[in-house]
Amino acid sequence: MNFDLTEEQELLQETVRGFVANECPPPRLREIFDSGEGTDPALWQGMAEMGLAGLMIPEEYGGAGMELLELALVAEALGSGVLPGPFLGHSLAALALMLAGSDVQKRQWLPRLATGDVIGTYAVAEEDSQWEPSEWSVTERAGKLNGTKLYVPHADIADLIVVGCSGGGLALVERETRGVSLENMQGIDRTRPIFKIVFDAADAEALESGEAASQRVRDAALVLLAADSFGVASSLIRMSVDYAKTREQFGTIIGQFQSVKHQLARLSTDIEPTRALVWYAAHAFDHLPEDAERAAAIVNSHLTDRAMHTARESVELHGGLGFTWECDVQMWYKRAMFNRSAFGTPDVVRGRVATLGGW
Amino acid sequence: MNLRYSKEYDTYRQSLQEFLKGWPLQGDEAELPKQKQEQLFRQRGVEAGYVYFAIPKEYGGAGQQPDVLKSAIITEEYARVGAPGNCVSQGPALLAPTLIEFGTEEQKREFVRPTLRGDLRWCQGYSEPGAGSDLASLQCSAVLDGDEWVINGQKIWTSNAQEADYMFGLFRTEPKASKHAGISYLLVDLKQPEIEVRPLKQMTGALDFNEVFFTDARAPAGNIVGKRGEGWAVSRSTLKHERNLIGNPNMMRAHFNSTIALARRSQRGGRPAIEDPLIRNRLAEIEGYVRTAEVSHLRQLTAEAKGEELKVMLPMMMNKLYSTDTMQKIMTLAYDLLGADGMLAPTAEDIASYARTHTSTGFVEQYIFSQGPAIAGGTTNIQLNIIGERGLGLPRDLRVPK
Repeated sequence: MNFDLTEEQELLQETVRGFVANECPPPRLREIFDSGEGTDPALWQGMAEMGLAGLMIPEEYGGAGMELLELALVAEALGSGVLPGPFLGHSLAALALMLAGSDVQKRQWLPRLATGDVIGTYAVAEEDSQWEPSEWSVTERAGKLNGTKLYVPHADIADLIVVGCSGGGLALVERETRGVSLENMQGIDRTRPIFKIVFDAADAEALESGEAASQRVRDAALVLLAADSFGVASSLIRMSVDYAKTREQFGTIIGQFQSVKHQLARLSTDIEPTRALVWYAAHAFDHLPEDAERAAAIVNSHLTDRAMHTARESVELHGGLGFTWECDVQMWYKRAMFNRSAFGTPDVVRGRVATLGGW
Repeated sequence: MNLRYSKEYDTYRQSLQEFLKGWPLQGDEAELPKQKQEQLFRQRGVEAGYVYFAIPKEYGGAGQQPDVLKSAIITEEYARVGAPGNCVSQGPALLAPTLIEFGTEEQKREFVRPTLRGDLRWCQGYSEPGAGSDLASLQCSAVLDGDEWVINGQKIWTSNAQEADYMFGLFRTEPKASKHAGISYLLVDLKQPEIEVRPLKQMTGALDFNEVFFTDARAPAGNIVGKRGEGWAVSRSTLKHERNLIGNPNMMRAHFNSTIALARRSQRGGRPAIEDPLIRNRLAEIEGYVRTAEVSHLRQLTAEAKGEELKVMLPMMMNKLYSTDTMQKIMTLAYDLLGADGMLAPTAEDIASYARTHTSTGFVEQYIFSQGPAIAGGTTNIQLNIIGERGLGLPRDLRVPK
């Protein structure tokens, strides 16, 4: 029994943390955030050079052949700096291809996804927040795709879109294809712009496997959003602690007041032990098939909920400043909002926790 | 990362399971009084090397090399079959490891074995009426008179003093020294007329804790653990064991499972409560906390086994608070599931038996009892200060100028 990261895993995470700190410190993040672009080609380029675009893609296709645990460690580091860019959708698109693509499809796309030259995204949700594979209604027939997807991250810069279809299957569409039209939905999290995509007899190619693969990708998404949320929450606590160590009121720094100290200690107690929960769910996805699905649902509902709670408290801890656009907290706050709402809100995901638990 | 145990540990677990087939006792032995049966089986556990695993043989333990993972396997397997393993009362759980760490050879020989066997029962004398959270301001004094300490003053909230033979506690021996430096850790025989134990009734109705009054009570000079004026440091060790005792995730899981069972048999609108979306949601939310405690425990075990505790210092500091809060969440849901039965008082049987969670009134008792850990071993407010100051590096509280 060894519930700990390997040295390589720790090094990977440290490297990504270092990259985030150096390449996207808060002033740079602020520029990207205010521009509304939601991305920075140089950042994606840097990530691709570190191999992060193909982390889980098998080595035979030019990837690093790692597991979801490594991907989750990266997601945590990216979440802690709310790094803008297409990492989430790209990773899920690559995973969908790995799990459901034919040999030909894998050979055609995975090597280019692995280098980051081709950016992927994953189009799932439809009207009424339908994220579950069994609920999808977009149709793929005879190579033509029809229907509408919502909340698709970074669709504007994606070259390849993996689309969930009725019956839980998946299809591949190139964005630069006739019959694919995009509309910016003006998302709250400016590090991950979201789009409505209408497919009108767009040329598409079905992936081989059906609903089981879609469910695996859904579970991976739940874990990655949880890992990102853990990063978001940990950073918010650190920022709030730093603020409480410098801000003076009543002639002393506010961290000396028990109300502030206890609020911070409670937030920390809520979040710090969940680092292990993220590791466990990712490890279960890779190695414990009997518990993978439920563990993903538990970690997602728990972490996206706790991170949002942390974000709200962090605003309060920053006083009036906390409610301003100028305060950095808002950028983390909005990432927490994205994470909480994507792939099902905590109450919806907890419904699955209950059902999967045989309750 | 690998959650499977190596072959060595799997084999160890199998031989332990083989041994545990001896519980419950069979034949004539099954007719013995319950307490006798438990004592008998625990003694066999010591001989087989599974009980008081890492305490040296010469002091009555199993004398095995300390091994965090083996200890965890033992705890799990004993809990699984409900066998009486390490006695968790104050003596074996708190004093024995403290004596192994700080005691003299004579003290270890005299006290550890009978304590482990349950022949010598202990209570912990820390709190006083004016020294609860601010423990270091305690006043109960011990003055050396020849080869004896003469003790005067009062202790309070002393759990199990009514049935204890001895008290381990903190006493002010150097009145002129500063607050923390004037305290010594002494072992005091409670069976002397100069000591009076008066029970205090808990809000559950149980009579587990007491006030203890000392009027020229006596203890041999050699009953000091550690040096004069250094009792504070010794008590930190005991407190560490106490907080670990309170932060165990096995208990959380057991109570959570009982609450699921309760949700299955309780009714909401003519249907089992477990079918109610609100109840399902609350259960799932709480499981997020229970799972977190369990896997965080695995992470801490790994770190401990590798001698890397510093890596997980922050979560370790949080264990007591986390488990207290989680237990309260579990018991609050259970209490709600009871419906109108939540108005019933615990029965004498609930009070006498530990952690009964198959009757309504047993749940009521546990609901009330879950308040206790927020106070015992340092109140939640004090824990929050420790986490804030030592864990997050925030400045110390404002102090009232003298």
